Amino acid sequence: MTGMSPIVKTVTRWVSPFILAFGIYIALTGHLTPGGGFPGGVIVAGCFILITLAYGKERVEGIFDLKSASVTDSLASLSFLCMGLLGYVFGGGFLNNFIQSGFPGKAFELLSGGNMPIINIAIGFKVGGSLFVVFAYLALFRAIEEE
Amino acid sequence: MLTYLLAFILFAVGLYSVINKRNLIKIIMGIIIMEHAVNAFLILIGYRLSGEAPILEEGMAISEFVNTAMDPLPQALVITSIVISLGVVALMVAIAVRLYQHYGTFDITEIRKLRG
Amino acid sequence: MVLIQIFLVFTIIAALIAVEAPSPLSSIISLGAVGFGLSIAFLWLGAPDIAITQVVVEIITLVILIRATIGKGVTEVRGNESKPLLIGSLILFGLGSAFFANYLSAFPEFGKTAMDVPMDVFSETPSQYYLKFGLEKVGGANVVNDILLDFRAYDTLGEATVLFTAVLGAITLLNKEVFFGKGGEK
Repeated sequence: MTGMSPIVKTVTRWVSPFILAFGIYIALTGHLTPGGGFPGGVIVAGCFILITLAYGKERVEGIFDLKSASVTDSLASLSFLCMGLLGYVFGGGFLNNFIQSGFPGKAFELLSGGNMPIINIAIGFKVGGSLFVVFAYLALFRAIEEE
Repeated sequence: MLTYLLAFILFAVGLYSVINKRNLIKIIMGIIIMEHAVNAFLILIGYRLSGEAPILEEGMAISEFVNTAMDPLPQALVITSIVISLGVVALMVAIAVRLYQHYGTFDITEIRKLRG
Repeated sequence: MVLIQIFLVFTIIAALIAVEAPSPLSSIISLGAVGFGLSIAFLWLGAPDIAITQVVVEIITLVILIRATIGKGVTEVRGNESKPLLIGSLILFGLGSAFFANYLSAFPEFGKTAMDVPMDVFSETPSQYYLKFGLEKVGGANVVNDILLDFRAYDTLGEATVLFTAVLGAITLLNKEVFFGKGGEK
């Protein structure tokens, strides 16, 4: 698994930042426009999968290793749970939207919706991290089989 | 009614593939087709003729919005179901790859014969 | 309405090709056609969130399936299962169609949602409540995300748990070789 041709590598280098930015945008503005944490996270995972396919595993392992991806996955799940528990403490119910009831934001703006953007970001990290981990394991397994 | 029937036929194609094929990959594909059919059926139930997507824009009257928007509840259910299906596909592919490594084939009748 | 039916017929044809094609690569690509056709249908059905998710998930499903199967001596499995199983599946299919035809009348007819059918006990359906109070109580303009993250956030938490478990299972299945090399234990 040594990567693909120089054409693919160059195109990947130019395109991948835009894909990453688009995924983050989709996840951030999920409460205003179509999108949300789920598609945003999958797009981010797709960006990393593209880089892994184009450059091969040796190059990629140095940049983002599996351990940090799985730590991201676990931390994002935990932060989702923490938002729920904070709602229990401040709002009186598990996963209560305590920010919106305390400090309501202006509608149709980025900082609205209470804790929706925070949970959206957490879900984005969670989905992206876990999907990238699964793909990387499948790719590594195949690379070992081919040896 | 014809539209619901088409979603049912899509489900039947997936079911045929799961029951009648010997290739493990074809069985996984049948399960994916069945998931697609169920998602399409749920969205078809929430469809409203000449309606709009359930997304508010600035200056839209809520009372009118309630009467023209699609049903948002099936959409919220389906959006989680799609992502779960991706995780489940990864799990099934992992099982299939391990079986291939152990038996050297994707044929389920061979796998059944070489038990143990 | 005719357009949606055309897209559904397209997905059915693509699914039949995907099931019956002899080579694994062409059948996986036909499976992609099923997903993308459905995604366009979702766009016409007024569900842009789901159309976006469907497109991206379909791409990653195809990549995973192709990476897992291509070059594996390649899976020339022909022929079907035994005849009794086919007859049994036909009987099952007939039963399923009978149930479907029986309960089809319970659904609202195509083009109407459950919100348009008057109810005798409650004054409004949950969907009407969400549409009415989504902006006021949660603050998000996208009602689907309001439901996902506030009204029914328990579902989303459960979804995160299911995804976590599925990924954990896949990693556990593949783990030994990745860390210890092909032989296993060490």
